[in-house]
Amino acid sequence: MEFFHHVDLDWMGKAKYFVSLSLALLVIGGISLYRHGGLRYGVDFKGGTYVYVRFAGKPPVDAIRKGLAAEGLGNSVIQPISDISNPNANDVVIQLEQKGEGSEALDSGKQTVINALHKTFGSAALQDFNAATPTALADYLTQKDPLALGPTGGPRYTQLAQAIADFRDQRRSGLLTNFDDLLGVPGVNSAVLASLHDGFALSNFTIRNVEIVGPKVGAQLRRQAILATLYALAGMLVYIAFRFEWVYGAAAVVAVFHDVLITLGFFSLFHFEISLTVIAALLTLVGYSMNDTIVIFDRVRENLRLMRRDSLETIVNRSINQTLSRTILTSGLTFITVLVLFLMGGQVLRSFSFAMVVGVVVGTYSSFGIAAPIVVVWHRFRGEKAVAGTGSAAEKRLAAAGRR
Amino acid sequence: MNPQLKWKIIFIAGVILLCLYGLVGLPEFPTSLAAVKNNFAQRIKLGLDLRGGTHMVLQVQVQEAVGLYCDQTIDRFTQQVHEKNIGVGEIRRVDDTHILARNVTPEQAAAFRDLARDQFGADWDLSPAAGETSGYLLTMKPSVVARIKETTIAQSLETIRRRIDQLGLTEPTVVPTGRADNEILVQLPGEGDPTRAKAVIQAGGQLELRRVADDRTYSSEAEAMAAHGGVLPPGTELVRGRSDSATGNQAGAEAWYVLDRLPVVTGQDLRSASQSPNTEQPGRYQVNFSLSTSAAQRFGPFTEANIGRRMAIVLDHRVQSAPVIQSRIEDSGRIEGNFSQEEAQDLALVLRSGALPASIKYLEERTVGPSLGADSIRDGVRASVISLVAVMIFLVIYYRLSGVNAVVALLLNLVILLAALAYFGAVLTLPGIAGVILTIGMGVDSNVLVFERIREELRAGKANSSAIDQGFDRAFLTIIDTHVTTVVSAIFLFLFGTGPVRGFAVTLVIGLIANVFTSIYVSRAIFDWHLARMPRQAALSI
Repeated sequence: MEFFHHVDLDWMGKAKYFVSLSLALLVIGGISLYRHGGLRYGVDFKGGTYVYVRFAGKPPVDAIRKGLAAEGLGNSVIQPISDISNPNANDVVIQLEQKGEGSEALDSGKQTVINALHKTFGSAALQDFNAATPTALADYLTQKDPLALGPTGGPRYTQLAQAIADFRDQRRSGLLTNFDDLLGVPGVNSAVLASLHDGFALSNFTIRNVEIVGPKVGAQLRRQAILATLYALAGMLVYIAFRFEWVYGAAAVVAVFHDVLITLGFFSLFHFEISLTVIAALLTLVGYSMNDTIVIFDRVRENLRLMRRDSLETIVNRSINQTLSRTILTSGLTFITVLVLFLMGGQVLRSFSFAMVVGVVVGTYSSFGIAAPIVVVWHRFRGEKAVAGTGSAAEKRLAAAGRR
Repeated sequence: MNPQLKWKIIFIAGVILLCLYGLVGLPEFPTSLAAVKNNFAQRIKLGLDLRGGTHMVLQVQVQEAVGLYCDQTIDRFTQQVHEKNIGVGEIRRVDDTHILARNVTPEQAAAFRDLARDQFGADWDLSPAAGETSGYLLTMKPSVVARIKETTIAQSLETIRRRIDQLGLTEPTVVPTGRADNEILVQLPGEGDPTRAKAVIQAGGQLELRRVADDRTYSSEAEAMAAHGGVLPPGTELVRGRSDSATGNQAGAEAWYVLDRLPVVTGQDLRSASQSPNTEQPGRYQVNFSLSTSAAQRFGPFTEANIGRRMAIVLDHRVQSAPVIQSRIEDSGRIEGNFSQEEAQDLALVLRSGALPASIKYLEERTVGPSLGADSIRDGVRASVISLVAVMIFLVIYYRLSGVNAVVALLLNLVILLAALAYFGAVLTLPGIAGVILTIGMGVDSNVLVFERIREELRAGKANSSAIDQGFDRAFLTIIDTHVTTVVSAIFLFLFGTGPVRGFAVTLVIGLIANVFTSIYVSRAIFDWHLARMPRQAALSI
């Protein structure tokens, strides 16, 4: 089975369409960035406190807001999170602004939020089962001794408590709604259930994770992220300039830059947050886009040696056509893998996989739509029809000899 | 089959066995699927985002240590100036690294300068103070500042490590972050609520036993000053009491004491500390400590000479309690304070590990609950399996039998990747799982490059073996080029990233390196093996 035999498209002729598409996307992204006042930074770069809470039913946002306001956190942002891979999940993220450089503890906001939630949704009298650590469960069970194990029962109860906690965390996503569900755990009988009933209440929420980042750290990470990206680009520019001519390196870097800008524009359009893992995705797509461009350039370099008489434009077209099969295949397969990651990889990786999904598409088309045309236009501008395109002086001489 | 090919196949088989051993402990022959899963789960180290736990970044306030050294120097300088009877108006601190001495008696200026240079010249530079007629400025040398910062950070790291070790948590990590030299990274896997750990880490832990100079407790600073006519006796200072101390004060009431400045015994003289039930207050606990022999030699005579007087137990510059010395005590003591069992335990822990040389500020705290960790693993694994299957199906459909070749290479790539993670003890994070998925997608590229080239050569009329040769030859450099660029960006990611992002960089790099091996060496071997078994004229299934 084969998709592309004998393709003979005039890529360089169509270059103006690709460039216009890119410009359009850049403009749209730019407008979106302008309208939203810049990029949406996640907690890594902005600083602040993010508390992720999962509820048993639809999150009662109003009740949450009232509860928080009662503790003085009325101006926190409460956002329901919808998760494509798990549409029945009822998650909410509570975002608190970072309050300056005060001497108060970094986690004072988090403690207040947790207290507010417990006051609003928990029981005042009993401990919350969904927030109990395995140690707390073990201590309680050892004290109450529902299985009548006597003073040596400690280790047994520790094991049992761990099994109960694991069941709650792994099978019920940390949110148990009915004590009777625990009967499925080996070692739990009605006596154990009864004693749990006595000591614990089942609240309808559980804290999934908390992220607290100080403001100075956020700024520092932002700076480092930009530096890392610039260094990586510089490193690649050097490598490519060494393997090919310098204009190829420059063209590849421009294409990659364009990819990053368009991806960031999409982030703004779709309201995704930039976090550390998104930077990881951006650096990866920089590598991926380079790969794609290199494959074409490699073939161009090879064809320059074989097709001495043809114009650079024809050579580049030919190279792209020859590698088209590989390009579509690889991008297609990579796209499928990151699409699966986006749809099924869970909430935590959502922004990361979105960057990859956009990046793979843009990175692929930037190789023949941006990088290749830049090389052609540059050489046309310099008035040369065919140029020896390697970094090696010997080959240059050889090519010059061949032309004469 | 030619011998070279035979050796190749044996080598590859050896690699496979090595990987499988690393992953599931093959020779021990796990007998069931559950045992296999168990072994596998043990070999691969999971990151905090998959296991659940707490990640914290601490900042050691090194400036405090510098400021402390400055204060100590001022004390010593003042003392020596008095001893030598040099008239100085005042010696005071300008900031952390500068001391100003004003109104030095002009006739004694030379003696003053000599004193300063002899006693403090090693660490301080002396210069005339600008804007003062007879004043001098002592500036701490930058090398000294750097030295203090270094020792403070090292000592803080050690102390925090000791404290965390005593908490009995599973596999905690306490290391410098590498981001700034005064930042420490603490990782507590499985710890969903770091409150207790944070309190233990941050506790100052400075213990001092000092004599109460006037045997009285005052209810305010003003009252204490008034009782001494506005000026405290030499060698003493005012110290505040804890509002919950066991001297019978209700919470919220202040208590002030006039104490000797110099302590008889400090936390460094402790040989051990432990908690025990408070005999006088049932249900409450106390901390017992014992002193080293050299300290006991000081403490014994001190207590004997001060029977009937009161001794203050000062914790982190607050008086914890001030009991009356009833008899000579050699080497033990106790600290009461209405402690619960956990509070007493934590205090004993802190005392045992030593005091922190400077205070700690938290910069970052991330807690992943165990339910999120479990969900992440499930989602990650599910996505990996689905992408793997999708890619495998596609490869077989598109490249037919050669597709199977690519699938084998791909599977081996993943096995090597996971085994390498297990062998290096590298941590698998959620982005790391994404890295595995990316390796699947990008790794296939190598095979595609080769196969497309082979197809081209076959179309141009070349024979099977020659087409395969050309395919691998031509594609080789391109594969290297593309992998190098991705590895370059992964290296920058590793340098700049933390935790989860580093996990991603590591998995990607290992995956790509393994990919070079599998897509070139292994795929080639499979082709050669297949060619050897195939009749010469038959078409290559690609």
